[in-house]
Amino acid sequence: MSFENSTLRPDFSADHFALLDLPRQQALNGDELGQKFRSLQALVHPDRYVQAGDAQQRLAMQWATRVNEACQILKSPGKRALYLLTLLGFDPQVESNTAMPVAFLMQQMELRENVMAARAAGDEAFLEAAHATLCRDVAESHQQLIELIDHQHDYTAAADLVRKLMFQEKLLHEINDALEAVTS
Amino acid sequence: MALLQIAEPGESVAPHQHRLAIGIDLGTTNSLVATVRSGMSVVLSDEKGHPLLPSVVRYTADGNVGVGYAAEPWKSLDPKNTIVSVKRFMGRGRADIAHSETLPYDFVDAGGMVKIKTVAGIKSPVEVSAEILKTLRLRGEAALGGELTGAVITVPAYFDDAQRQATKDAAQLAGLHVLRLLNEPTAAAIAYGLDNAAEGIYAIFDLGGGTFDISILRLAKGIFEVLSTGGDSALGGDDFDHRVFCWIIAEAGLKPLSLRDTRLLQGHAREAKEYLSQHGEAPITVKLSSGEYVDLVLTTDIFTEITRTLVQKTLSATKKALRDAGLTIAEVRGVVMVGGSTRMPQIQHAVGEFFKQEPLNNLDPDKVVALGAAMQANLLAGNRAAGDDWLLLDVIPLSLGLETMGGLVEKVIPRNSTIPVARAQEFTTFKDGQTAMSIHVVQGERDLVSVCRSLARFELRGIPPMVAGAARIRVTFQVDADGLLAVSAREQTTGHEARIEVKPSYGLTDNEISEMLKESFSHAREDASLRALREMQVEAKRLLEAIRSALISSGGILSVDERARIEVAMGHLQSVVDSDDRPAIDAAMKALNDATDEFAARRMNQSVQQALAGKNIDQVTL
Ligand SMILES: Nc1ncnc2c1ncn2[C@@H]1O[C@H](COP(=O)(O)OP(=O)(O)OP(=O)(O)O)[C@@H](O)[C@H]1O
Ligand SMILES: [Mg+2]
Repeated sequence: MSFENSTLRPDFSADHFALLDLPRQQALNGDELGQKFRSLQALVHPDRYVQAGDAQQRLAMQWATRVNEACQILKSPGKRALYLLTLLGFDPQVESNTAMPVAFLMQQMELRENVMAARAAGDEAFLEAAHATLCRDVAESHQQLIELIDHQHDYTAAADLVRKLMFQEKLLHEINDALEAVTS
Repeated sequence: MALLQIAEPGESVAPHQHRLAIGIDLGTTNSLVATVRSGMSVVLSDEKGHPLLPSVVRYTADGNVGVGYAAEPWKSLDPKNTIVSVKRFMGRGRADIAHSETLPYDFVDAGGMVKIKTVAGIKSPVEVSAEILKTLRLRGEAALGGELTGAVITVPAYFDDAQRQATKDAAQLAGLHVLRLLNEPTAAAIAYGLDNAAEGIYAIFDLGGGTFDISILRLAKGIFEVLSTGGDSALGGDDFDHRVFCWIIAEAGLKPLSLRDTRLLQGHAREAKEYLSQHGEAPITVKLSSGEYVDLVLTTDIFTEITRTLVQKTLSATKKALRDAGLTIAEVRGVVMVGGSTRMPQIQHAVGEFFKQEPLNNLDPDKVVALGAAMQANLLAGNRAAGDDWLLLDVIPLSLGLETMGGLVEKVIPRNSTIPVARAQEFTTFKDGQTAMSIHVVQGERDLVSVCRSLARFELRGIPPMVAGAARIRVTFQVDADGLLAVSAREQTTGHEARIEVKPSYGLTDNEISEMLKESFSHAREDASLRALREMQVEAKRLLEAIRSALISSGGILSVDERARIEVAMGHLQSVVDSDDRPAIDAAMKALNDATDEFAARRMNQSVQQALAGKNIDQVTL
């Protein structure tokens, strides 16, 4: 590991949608994203500048980093919505605004407790089932986000939903961890 | 595989300027060097026709170093000075080494990376590995008949930052210009994918002598995209040997063994294991120097039983990699078997059963990694032919994080992120007037610092004094295409660049490396400064060539003045490049780099814009 001192930075003013030449909307064609991503990387990846000077190599690394970052955000419906809402001026404040409907919170807390218990008990079947259910809920939220952002332009409702989604995705992670712990 | 047609970014060389490049598989047990000749990747053999170089290094009191077959016979005769499986010590501390009680070495533990005391002095694993690499470099130079442009060196995909850095340091010490560190399973995927025109999702299962990797890739239209990787950098054939070794001791009721007998028995354990791959049982008859006899038969059933947990570990890691890739086994089109240990029938069986398909064994499991590395080296050296082009997108195997309050880890970059990748994190001071700050970087998946790998501690100094909480220090983690991490920091409110001191936890400092370089030259006939001069000249010529071709392909984006400035700098470098004035060449290179910074940036923007053009170029302001 080293310390790097770089002074030269590419102009990163384009947003992720523009960079990848995709419409600025929540609905996204995954294949198209993959295709645009790969053809951009084919141009800017450091492997294509190994014989060029240091400056060019560093620049290529920064560009490839930028393209990876854009793809990684656009690929995930939750991150994409968060990013898009911020671009549209509706910061969902996922960090600061934790107000959430009580019923939803109760339900999530209960599920989390059950997941912890199943993890402790090594109950793989429960975890698999919880995983499947939550995946369905998350997929449903993804669909709703497209409706709210692209069609109804109801950004406030979309922001609320994104906050919920972040909750659900975190829980999904925990279930994954639990599954890993139980099956290994 | 249909290959991607990509507009040349202008870095390619004229076809007649074939550059000499090699791929090296630096293995735990065996190492190899390969190159691309007339479009074919071939392994280079030694003068006796051996393709493999045993990864064994022997030091003698007269300062001579034996490598490979020359060192191998001494494994049990001179165990303290004959180092085997050194790869397992790379970037590792004394406490990390598995069953070290059965290893014959005099370990030196001065914190950081473990070292070994030999008759020729104290050796770092980096120096030992450098001996292997040097032997392969000389083999490559002899076969290709000239100075090498560079080498691609493979590392286990599951190697952490310290292990990667140690490998790169070893290459530097061996006088190799590293074009890229390439993950072993990815190298195998390139060789397999190009040879078989494979498309779809493939798993590469690589069980070698000391490490296990599993990588899941999507192969499509000239793109090798790693979706996830997993493994264990301390799980390989050596561990199967060890189980057999322990079994022999228990069965034969042996008293504590001498170093020599330990090595002897380890050798017999390995032979029995390998024999068992073709036969139902393996006889083990050994006469120990203590006069004791061992006369046992190892059956497949017993072997399967005593190594069951090892096989299980490979399957757990495989499961995890699939889950990380978000895939099920039904989506995996093929499972490519790599590494000598995949010759074990129980592994073949377990993998076949797990994936519900016959694993692919049509490549030589010993050579495929080196062959793929040579293909990538050839590509990176700029020898690619039009239409014969591909792009590799790899990932980091382990999450990178920071120590926070209470010994907890905050993840900064999650595992399986496509590289290169960067993330920034903001910190603030907690005392008035605080001007320094310490950052502890760790790698691993757990929440506690104590169970992750410590990579380095960074001391930030020169933070402008402010009231507590006012300073905003933005620390950027950048992982490059070799999978190596670099950290930089800047105070946001003043724009002050903080000074960073790096203390690698298991790595060598720059000083240690230059000491080792000096030392290695004092033993060799080569002269250090002459070599450094040659390297700089090659580098300078490469730069000149790159800029020349850039001017031809896109000089049009420069104003007359700008172009003149670049040409002056080129002319200056050209006039000193063949002199022996190193500082002058260095200064001229720096000046040329400075003069072309803006040109490089503009060209990159231009090619990105052209790629996006077609329709919406007006929307894009890059
Ligand atoms: N027929 C066989 N049956 C079982 N094991 C074998 C056989 N042939 C070779 N091996 C084992 O394969 C291992 C060496 O494999 P390989 O050369 O692929 O490893 P390596 O590349 O040196 O190691 P690594 O990739 O882990 O750094 C040794 O442990 C050896 O005992
Ligand atoms: Mg190997």
